[in-house]
Amino acid sequence: MPVVELNYNRLQKLVGGKSNKKKIIDTLPYLGLDIEGETNSDVRIEYSPNRPDYSTDYGIAMGLQGLLGIKQGLVDLKIKKKEDYQIKVDSSVSKIRPFVTGIVAKNGTIDEHTLKQLIAMQEDLHFGIGRKRKKSSIGIHDLDKISFPLIYTTTNRKHKFIPLTSEKENTIDEILANSDVGKDYGYILGNSPKVPLILDSENNTVSFPPIINAAITTVTTKTKNLFVEVTGINKDDIEDMLSVVATILQSAGFELHAVKISGAKNSSPQFKLRKLKIDTELVSKTLGLDLSPSKISSSLKKSRLNAAVKGKKIECTVPRYRFDIFGPMDLVEEIALGYGIENIEPIMSPSQTLGQKHSTSINLQSIRGVLTGLGYMEGLNSSLTSKRILYDNTNRDSSKIVSVLDSKSLEHTILRDSLLPGLIDSFGKNIHEAYPQKLFEIGTVFYNSSSLTEHTHLCAVSSHKDANFSEMKSVLQTVVQSIFGKTCETKTTTHPTFEKGRVASITVNGKTIGFIGEISESTKEHFKLREPIVSFEIKLPG
Amino acid sequence: MQQVFHEIEKKIISALKEKNGLTSEQLESITNLSPDQIRRGIEWLKLKDLANVKEDQQTFVSLGKNGLNANSKGLPERQLLDLLKDGPKPLAELQKELKFIFGPAMGIARKNNWITNKDDTISLNSPVDALPEENIIKQIGAGKIPKSDIGDSQSLELLKKRPDFIVEEVSKSKTISLVEQALKIDVNASDSGAIDVEAKVPAVYPARTHPLNETIEEIREIFVTLGFTEILGNLSQSSFWNFDALFTPQDHPAREMQDTFFLEKLKAKQFATAEQIRNVSTSHKKNWRYLWNIDEARKMVLRTHTTCVTIKHLAENKPDEARVFSLGRVFRNEKVSYKHLVEFNQVEGVVVGKHASLRDLMGIQKEFYRRIGLNKVKFWPTFFPYTEPSLQTMVYNERLKKWVELFGMGIFRPEVTKPLGINKPVLAWGGGIERIAMMKYGLDDVREFYNNDLKWLRSATKCQ
Repeated sequence: MPVVELNYNRLQKLVGGKSNKKKIIDTLPYLGLDIEGETNSDVRIEYSPNRPDYSTDYGIAMGLQGLLGIKQGLVDLKIKKKEDYQIKVDSSVSKIRPFVTGIVAKNGTIDEHTLKQLIAMQEDLHFGIGRKRKKSSIGIHDLDKISFPLIYTTTNRKHKFIPLTSEKENTIDEILANSDVGKDYGYILGNSPKVPLILDSENNTVSFPPIINAAITTVTTKTKNLFVEVTGINKDDIEDMLSVVATILQSAGFELHAVKISGAKNSSPQFKLRKLKIDTELVSKTLGLDLSPSKISSSLKKSRLNAAVKGKKIECTVPRYRFDIFGPMDLVEEIALGYGIENIEPIMSPSQTLGQKHSTSINLQSIRGVLTGLGYMEGLNSSLTSKRILYDNTNRDSSKIVSVLDSKSLEHTILRDSLLPGLIDSFGKNIHEAYPQKLFEIGTVFYNSSSLTEHTHLCAVSSHKDANFSEMKSVLQTVVQSIFGKTCETKTTTHPTFEKGRVASITVNGKTIGFIGEISESTKEHFKLREPIVSFEIKLPG
Repeated sequence: MQQVFHEIEKKIISALKEKNGLTSEQLESITNLSPDQIRRGIEWLKLKDLANVKEDQQTFVSLGKNGLNANSKGLPERQLLDLLKDGPKPLAELQKELKFIFGPAMGIARKNNWITNKDDTISLNSPVDALPEENIIKQIGAGKIPKSDIGDSQSLELLKKRPDFIVEEVSKSKTISLVEQALKIDVNASDSGAIDVEAKVPAVYPARTHPLNETIEEIREIFVTLGFTEILGNLSQSSFWNFDALFTPQDHPAREMQDTFFLEKLKAKQFATAEQIRNVSTSHKKNWRYLWNIDEARKMVLRTHTTCVTIKHLAENKPDEARVFSLGRVFRNEKVSYKHLVEFNQVEGVVVGKHASLRDLMGIQKEFYRRIGLNKVKFWPTFFPYTEPSLQTMVYNERLKKWVELFGMGIFRPEVTKPLGINKPVLAWGGGIERIAMMKYGLDDVREFYNNDLKWLRSATKCQ
């Protein structure tokens, strides 16, 4: 989950009204925001990726204003359309990154804090709804360094400009090969000989999307006027992203001016409001509350949406940046939040159904009873283990190995096909505890034949100075009798984990279900164990 | 009351009554007890104020390397004297015979005027009797004896000056004696069938089901009594049921490898009906605006939640009224730490039917927590890709004195249920079980559950 850092004083100022620190802290969770950590002056907030407007304190302040009753209803964008800011799109982009959109934001002030919030917002948007810049990416520029109209076009990889944070000219190839952003996001452009580029009317490079801006348009605390462009592979997606940025900039005190987009199936963004109707009955039924239409409509307004009562239905107006709202159920949630989750009283209705455990669970529980009755302590290991424990240390054949991709833990890279290695490894961790040591485990193992199948195994291990085959066979007999209701036979066999001549296969009704034997010296040595160990492992029915 | 003695104590008392003031070594040889038994017996008697232990320092001597050589072959000077017993010998021959000890042997023999050197031929002046140093070496022999046992301390000092002849060691010895009152104890009289009921006894350990499984069983029981029926499902699942069916877009960051364990080279073959695949893919295309790819849906994963099991069950059965739950292991590709495991247990319940409102869902939660002993509960909104509205439960952890996040819950989105032909609202709730078990057993490190540490397993106690 993405995280945003907020300063209380600043947030309090943005929220306005009679808000205070305590009220703000108490209300944040009811917007769906988790407090991750706090100091006297700052708080770290975790927000959901479906609410990119919460990536800045401006967005969070709008939410708080609603719940605290300071400002309600939707935040509409006021966009001036007089001045002529224009981006022309060259059809060559259609093969690589076909869409561009943008907006101009004027007469704002940018202090250190605002700058930090804007950069963090950009990063979060890139990662989340931008899908790591693949779907859409943003460039924020100093408007006064750019001369309009702009052209969104393509260039070859020898094109040169001074990229952000650099002092000298670089070619596209150099940027892709040498800079961090180039290495991270260059894959989006693949091997295309032509790459996207935004040029201004004096042929200066403004941006090389989705990789990096030009140094000349760098935004600093001295910047007053901004130009924001968003490029991407889908027109709706880039307008989603632009709508978030535009909303945040407006609430940060900027005056918005439209940018005209034309060419190659591109057009100017509309930031259209959506109207959704919701049935009051659906609301009441879903929440389990009897809510009047006016209560529903006031709750929606507290969630910063607009609402009007139309008979038994409520017509709700949703601003462009709330693209996380798909349909009526999303509105039900907005109503619940506006109403206040803390105000919803839980009720306990009688169950219309009778409960039942799965027969497998019942059986496994009774097997646990048998094993503990025989003096065996239950152990637990993960199904994900390492090649060292599962195969190398036990001398087992690893040709049917099932691996997971890119595990972050070296000890958890393959799926177990047997419980025994994990339990022997457990003995290795207990050499200083009193003997005899007896353990059992019941768990899922994976067989890899033509396809992957899952089975439940039972394994028992015993270690002490007199541990021997007969001891284990006595235990096995009792266990098999209690599980299968049948006697079992043990037939001479060989097994790489066990001592030669002291291992047998276990058969019930002529079907082999597992192995029993004394663990070999070499296996014990691999686990740094000295005491004798005996074990059996069987596949459980079902 | 009559004092009761352990067999070990009785033997020690008897020996000390014969001769009060013995070392532990002496007690060992008299009583035939092991050093450890003697040590324990003395400890017990001391605790009962019946015996005193006086610690003494004593110096012991033993032979060093050269001393041991002299013990077997004789002192260097004696070896020289022996060679001359049968008449004079040339110097060179003696040198060759005696090698390294030739020098010291000649020095001592000359100093004592035992030999004469004439034209490099050495002859014996008169036979030499046993030397005091020889007596000392013989007395020490291969053993270690108290220094005070050697009478001729002057000769011992001389021997000590020779390199590596004598090794001195200071060792502490304990002298144990009974207090006066204890000397009157009649060990046989106290033997009237009574035992020392206050004595320590050997430890025995229980064989038991795993504490985590006990918590799981407790939770299973609660679900059943709340009217839920258990369903089971595989740990390995197609991406289709783990993600696509739950409205998680294929390019969603959660599906990327950093969070999910994808199984190498494994693809699901027949994982869903043609209709299910068609409807789910259409819903994705329409709502998420991207090209849905069936190959992504085929990729096998270790399930990241149990929800894949419940949604599959609902899609197959389409009940009008149901309470089912699914419980078992789930996987996350995360770094293992005191609060994160790559594999842990999750439980999830779903409710379909008449009483399927958010308030009912909250009510079931509250009752569930009450039954596991958590009474301070509140609800906060949250986000899950497949439920709307979504809430999370916060419970107050009395031990840590703070609110902690427990189960999540919500109502399945229509975008999830409609494509699978589920027409009734579905409430879902669930979460990790280890977190609850940690509270019950007072653990701060979740890894403890999978360490199979016998010390812990043999003593684990519920604290709640």
